[in-house]
Amino acid sequence: MNKKVKVYSTPTCPFCIRAKQFLKESAVSFEDIDVSVNQEAAQEMIKRSGQMGVPVIDIEGELIVGFDKDKIKRSLGL
Amino acid sequence: MYDLIIIGAGPAGITATVYAARKKMDFLVISGDIGGQAAWSGDIENYTGYQFITGPELASKFEEHMRKYGVAMKEPESVLDLKKVDDKVVVKTDKGQYESKTVIIASGKRSRELSVPGEKEFKNKGLTYCATCDGPLFAGRDVAVIGGGNSALDAVLQLMKIARRIYLINIVSHLTGDPVMIEKVHESEIVTVMNNARVLEITGDGMVSGIKVRCDGEEKALPVGGIFVEIGLIPNSHFATDIEKNALGEIKVDCHNRTNIPGIFAAGDVTDVPEKQIIIAAGEGSKASLAAFKYLNQRR
Repeated sequence: MNKKVKVYSTPTCPFCIRAKQFLKESAVSFEDIDVSVNQEAAQEMIKRSGQMGVPVIDIEGELIVGFDKDKIKRSLGL
Repeated sequence: MYDLIIIGAGPAGITATVYAARKKMDFLVISGDIGGQAAWSGDIENYTGYQFITGPELASKFEEHMRKYGVAMKEPESVLDLKKVDDKVVVKTDKGQYESKTVIIASGKRSRELSVPGEKEFKNKGLTYCATCDGPLFAGRDVAVIGGGNSALDAVLQLMKIARRIYLINIVSHLTGDPVMIEKVHESEIVTVMNNARVLEITGDGMVSGIKVRCDGEEKALPVGGIFVEIGLIPNSHFATDIEKNALGEIKVDCHNRTNIPGIFAAGDVTDVPEKQIIIAAGEGSKASLAAFKYLNQRR
């Protein structure tokens, strides 16, 4: 079963770009949430992750802060 | 045992990789990231061939060029130690150990930290070293930018569009960035420039709520919801314990990118080469790779 993946990101953050690129290369579909234009999502991300850095990757409710490739791989079983 | 290990995959490391691949050397790349500081840059208008390109775009062009050769790469992986043992170099990382006849250190620089109480505690909790990345999350807030050079001014210019109020906290008596940027900062009604100001402490409860500053001999507590640290860079040379460095911690190289240890070369911003520019780092990376190739040939 495919896990539901969300990426909270800003368009200017290199690690966001890398994270999304990695997901695409791994054929993982995801919802891209641009927190620079979506204030509500930005607040939700800050509240849920307890921090203010992007990217935050939500894999079926599990939050990964930053582009931690190993954690993403483990969580998705890649 | 490899012919060559390249540490770092910024402009210097990637260019070294391209040259090593074309010389058909047996090599490995070890890096914490791809693109290095280039990936963090805003607009680039001085890399020949591109009149305008953004940092992330240029970094992905570099990566594409490198991947074309199908290079062996360990990423993300951090080098912890590097030792010359007899005729080989032993590289220890957080994940393993590798041996090579030659090494190119192209590990670049990272953001300098303030070293004040509260900095570690509130990192990513309102305190950030990347205004370009995290800036948009601070819309409508009062924020402080620490620094007085171009990167601090660049952060202020980005935040002027979204923050409510900005304190620019500068440790010396005047701002040192480009006059064009200083002018824009002075013209803004929401920016307060504080010169001769030293940060004492970051305060908060879970998230940043303030900053304590000593300004002109007086202690002030400013209520802010965001702090952007832009006080320069330090070289990633901590693992190179046996290698000669200058007072700034930059690895000393000669004009052939040789360090004091035969077989170990260095290139780019981690070295004492004058001027830190993407195009210079790239050129230095190619020189280092060719120097390593010649070194290997002389020993065959």
